[in-house]
Amino acid sequence: MEEDHLVLPLSRPAPGAMGKTGTWRNYKPVIDQGKCIKCLLCWLYCPEATIIRHEDNSVSVDYEYCKGCGICANECPVKAIEMVPEVQGGA
Amino acid sequence: MVRIQDLPRKNFLMPGNAACPGCPETMGLRYVGMALGENAVLVIPASCSSVIQGIYPRSGIGMPILNIVFAAAAAAASGLKAALEIRGLKDAQVVAWAGDGGTGDIGFQALSGAAERNEDIIYICVDNEAYMNTGIQRSSLTPYGAWTTTTWTGKKEHKKDVPLTLIAHRVPYVATASVGFPTDFIDKLRKASKIRGFKYIHLHAPCPVGWRFDPAKTAEVAKLAVQTGLWILYEYENGKFRISPLSRPYRDKSKRKPLVEYIRLQGRFRHLKKSDIAVLEKYVDEMWEFYTKLEEIYK
Ligand SMILES: Cc1ncc(C[n+]2csc(CCOP(=O)(O)OP(=O)(O)O)c2C)c(N)n1
Ligand code: SF4
Ligand code: SF4
Ligand code: SF4
Ligand SMILES: [Mg+2]
Repeated sequence: MEEDHLVLPLSRPAPGAMGKTGTWRNYKPVIDQGKCIKCLLCWLYCPEATIIRHEDNSVSVDYEYCKGCGICANECPVKAIEMVPEVQGGA
Repeated sequence: MVRIQDLPRKNFLMPGNAACPGCPETMGLRYVGMALGENAVLVIPASCSSVIQGIYPRSGIGMPILNIVFAAAAAAASGLKAALEIRGLKDAQVVAWAGDGGTGDIGFQALSGAAERNEDIIYICVDNEAYMNTGIQRSSLTPYGAWTTTTWTGKKEHKKDVPLTLIAHRVPYVATASVGFPTDFIDKLRKASKIRGFKYIHLHAPCPVGWRFDPAKTAEVAKLAVQTGLWILYEYENGKFRISPLSRPYRDKSKRKPLVEYIRLQGRFRHLKKSDIAVLEKYVDEMWEFYTKLEEIYK
């Protein structure tokens, strides 16, 4: 077989291997930047890598993919993250 | 211990993967990436981590992966390490990343073989204490009393102490870790990467789906396992055994949090009677007695 006819079923790392997982969310983490002490614990514990760590170690949420597990809010030592329902009366 | 601020920013776990919310395996994979960076090459047998990768042509894990059959993680990792060496890729860190079922049950003979041959690989057991990928069946690492779909009145046997069996293989490095203490795990991984020969790290990984707890509490449950003394963090290195600083206070029983604080967060333990909890409390005391003696012997 000629080389250029070979197809390797090789996946490449990329966001969204399971689609826009932000749509899975029932609760949305909202960060109060005034309270945040930039400890990075939410960034460290987030299982999805959807806490974005900025140059100055401030943090924000990637809502396209955040699954709304609530670990960031649970681990924040100063309670700067609130889990807000996505839909009125929902979840 | 490494400071959080000094950890690399690069993501080795892709957002939008197929893991459930609050997954301990994706947490662990992030720390493997932070610790080993571009050098890590994963070997993953059948497990949640096979599925977490998602659907072609994208992969939810930002490290090269050889997916392999359930029983063969350690054997495949041994072969891959040899192949990479022949190709001159000497910096590659071959990491077998297997579940508790893939490690303590079906993969045990391959693991024992690779350990005895002292293969130059890092083997990580990501221990969520059941076969989660196929719907929460018991493994030999499921603890006493826990509900699973195949132990629906609670498991009757204790958890198999797999890391202790690796110490019995006299490999250069054996450690226990927890997703509740990422920097300790990262330190241990980095140390392991500098040691030649077989390295084994057993990562405690509470799973909200299989253990029936709120997904916000994965790290909290993991920390409680250590703080109640149930999960002991340690290192066995070149014949020396040492309880890790994070677990050391709990040698003193009065410093341990009550075991019920850990148990009551989890639906899998909901049916436990007082007598069952006493069995688990006795188990914790016995583990400490044993490992304290081991520390004296292997000092
Ligand atoms: C030989 C074989 N038997 C059974 C299966 C089905 N199977 C796939 S993953 C899995 C459970 C894996 O459990 P564990 O190793 O603990 O990993 P987890 O899913 O918990 O991450 C099973 C039974 C298989 N793939 N191959
Ligand atoms: S809710 Fe969960 S997935 Fe979303 S940012 Fe927080 S920790 Fe990450
Ligand atoms: S855990 Fe809380 S205080 Fe720390 S960086 Fe995150 S939001 Fe800020
Ligand atoms: S079942 Fe548990 S370990 Fe498996 S993907 Fe879901 S949260 Fe992760
Ligand atoms: Mg498992």
